[in-house]
Amino acid sequence: MKMNGARILLECLKKEGVDTVFGYPGGTVINIYDELHGFKDIHHILPRHEQAGVHAADGYARATGRVGVAIATSGPGATNTVTGIATAYMDSIPVVIITGQVPTPLIGNDAFQEVDIIGITRPCTKHNFLVRDVNELAGILKKAFYIARSGRPGPVLVDIPKDVQIAQAEFKYPEKVDIRGYKPNLEGHPKQVERAIEMLLGSRKPVVYVGGGVILANAAEELTKLCNMLEVPVTTTLMGLGAYPEDSPNSLRMLGMHGTYYANMAMTNTDVLVAIGARFDDRVTGKLATFAPHAKIIHIDVDPTSIKKNVPVDLPIVGDVKDVLFKMIKEVEAHPDKVKAFKEATKEWHEEIAAWKAKHPLTYKHAANVIKPQYVIEKLRELSDPDAIVATDVGQHQMWTAQFFTFTKPRTLLSSGGLGTMGYGLPAAMGAQAAFPKRQVIVVCGDGGFQMNLQEMATLVQNRLPVKIVILNNNFLGMVRQWQELFFDKRYSQTCMEQPIDFIKLAEAFGAKGFQATKTDEVEDTIKQGFAYDGPVIMEFKIAREEKVLPMVPAGASLNEMVLNA
Amino acid sequence: MKHTISVLVENEFGVLSRVAALFSGRGFNIDSLSVAPTNDETISRITLVTRGDDQILEQISKQLNKLIDVIKVIDFTDGSGIEREMALVKVTAEDESRAEVLRIVDIFRAKIIDVTPRSYTIEATGSPAKIDAILELLRPLGLKELVRTGPVAIGRGSKGWKG
Ligand SMILES: Cc1ncc(C[n+]2csc(CCOP(=O)(O)OP(=O)(O)O)c2C)c(N)n1
Repeated sequence: MKMNGARILLECLKKEGVDTVFGYPGGTVINIYDELHGFKDIHHILPRHEQAGVHAADGYARATGRVGVAIATSGPGATNTVTGIATAYMDSIPVVIITGQVPTPLIGNDAFQEVDIIGITRPCTKHNFLVRDVNELAGILKKAFYIARSGRPGPVLVDIPKDVQIAQAEFKYPEKVDIRGYKPNLEGHPKQVERAIEMLLGSRKPVVYVGGGVILANAAEELTKLCNMLEVPVTTTLMGLGAYPEDSPNSLRMLGMHGTYYANMAMTNTDVLVAIGARFDDRVTGKLATFAPHAKIIHIDVDPTSIKKNVPVDLPIVGDVKDVLFKMIKEVEAHPDKVKAFKEATKEWHEEIAAWKAKHPLTYKHAANVIKPQYVIEKLRELSDPDAIVATDVGQHQMWTAQFFTFTKPRTLLSSGGLGTMGYGLPAAMGAQAAFPKRQVIVVCGDGGFQMNLQEMATLVQNRLPVKIVILNNNFLGMVRQWQELFFDKRYSQTCMEQPIDFIKLAEAFGAKGFQATKTDEVEDTIKQGFAYDGPVIMEFKIAREEKVLPMVPAGASLNEMVLNA
Repeated sequence: MKHTISVLVENEFGVLSRVAALFSGRGFNIDSLSVAPTNDETISRITLVTRGDDQILEQISKQLNKLIDVIKVIDFTDGSGIEREMALVKVTAEDESRAEVLRIVDIFRAKIIDVTPRSYTIEATGSPAKIDAILELLRPLGLKELVRTGPVAIGRGSKGWKG
């Protein structure tokens, strides 16, 4: 059947199983919006800013494991998406971004609202396409979704000129994709897996180091099974939180700059390190020269470029993490005797770790007269649903959430790890809530980052998305202030946000609800009221203003050179 | 170490800038670059010369392979490939130096492709080392202008790139 390009786009989205898109209209996508009018199969959410639209699609993708979709018009609409795209790119999140483009004959002529969004987003997309012929549209969209979700996932942008949206073509959605230059290697090499297990079982001080790749590959179950079979200590990155239950005795919790003392000590002393779906980010490794100095490193990743990029690797395994973990489990099951001996041999290591845990647990000084942010997070965990989804913004509150919330399930933490994008949290939570209208979705923000996309309150109210917004208000750009305190002699240059904001009135102005706690003994009630309210709500906590995130590895220092308390 | 790398890519617009951006975005160097269509009209071939230690070269090759439009990456490590480059050289040629230029052109089996009373323009092809050598001899006579293509490379033996 013949139809126009705009309609073809919608039919393709439908074929891909897309139920929700986040988009913002404009002149070069008006034909798409015209087709969308009355199109029953796709639910459209109108954010108040295109950046937020992409973050919402990203939050939707992280929470569900499906591809998130965002639409924006050409020019300013397209450039507004860039921060969202880069955020998704750094964390390998599958998102397809559709942008409108000026009509093909005008491209390159500095037409009204023209930008070269293909050029602009080339370094921050997994791939991007300019559609030049309506007959290619369906095939390109098929490829876009396939590229976005396969291998190491990532954002893919499809730029569609207005005339292509108007032109007519026969609609045929291809069954299969074949891209000769793109054949992700998904199957881990069995011999390498065998060798990995042999190395691991031969170790005395093993550590498994887990990144977001395990969650992206939906391999948390396999990971948990393998690690529990071996009773091996597990530490995760920020992106890996939830891949392994943090309440397990084997959990070392998060490692790196604001990781636990015991995770970092374990990394410094381990003899065999198994890195799974993790990329040795500098926030994790600290000073590279002294990172895991005694360890043989096994690195499992679907993306060969991740391997040996930052650290030398003794045993690389390229493949889908889920497949490799499955094979590892089989291999372990085949050697019960060796496993028994391994558990015996690693007893001492477990004792050593237990001693570190006892010496420096994650902790903070509680106070009755002033609200400690860590206490708020602990209370949130206690009072929230077990399957609650928690988004964070970026800053101190993000690290306190990572340290004190105790994540036990994959896809329950949505946080901008790689890019560290302030303004991410609220729209990401919005996307997750759109995917799961019934689940509890909480976003933890600082007062600074909240102000970067607070207009999305309007979207929450309009779409009845009952996101619970927690603002840890220290009237500072807290994380930067902390660095200024520790490394710049308390010269608080431009990090104080003294201007009082009435967050309760602000919530009300949007048609939401606001609650505030200024004292420790109000924290619990405020959270209960916020959770009980049927709709989006702000819970503001006036926290200790100069509280620090500790422990901390100063930038460029070794993991065992932690500042424990200051 | 210097490496000559062939990259077979989809003959689509924007591919070259993807490859170039990969180098600039990661701080890798490109010494020279040449691109043109192949016997298969859907494929272009990029020949580029880059430098780096083994670790950098491994990254470059993996990153190139990761580009969706890249079909194959061939690293002509020493000996596995034949390289040829062309140079157009405008050299001062007056009085007694005219004969000297002609001698050099003859020795290197180059060609004079344009003549004026004060200059010769020479076309020289060969391995990059040969081009370097002829330039070294011509330079003292007065180089007015030099254009080099950068090498193109092909594997030795009877096999094509598909094996
Ligand atoms: C878009 C953006 N701009 C600047 C930064 C640098 N930055 C990182 S954390 C931070 C402070 C965040 O302050 P706030 O949102 O109040 O959270 P807090 O650290 O106080 O919890 C800043 C400015 C960033 N990460 N993202």
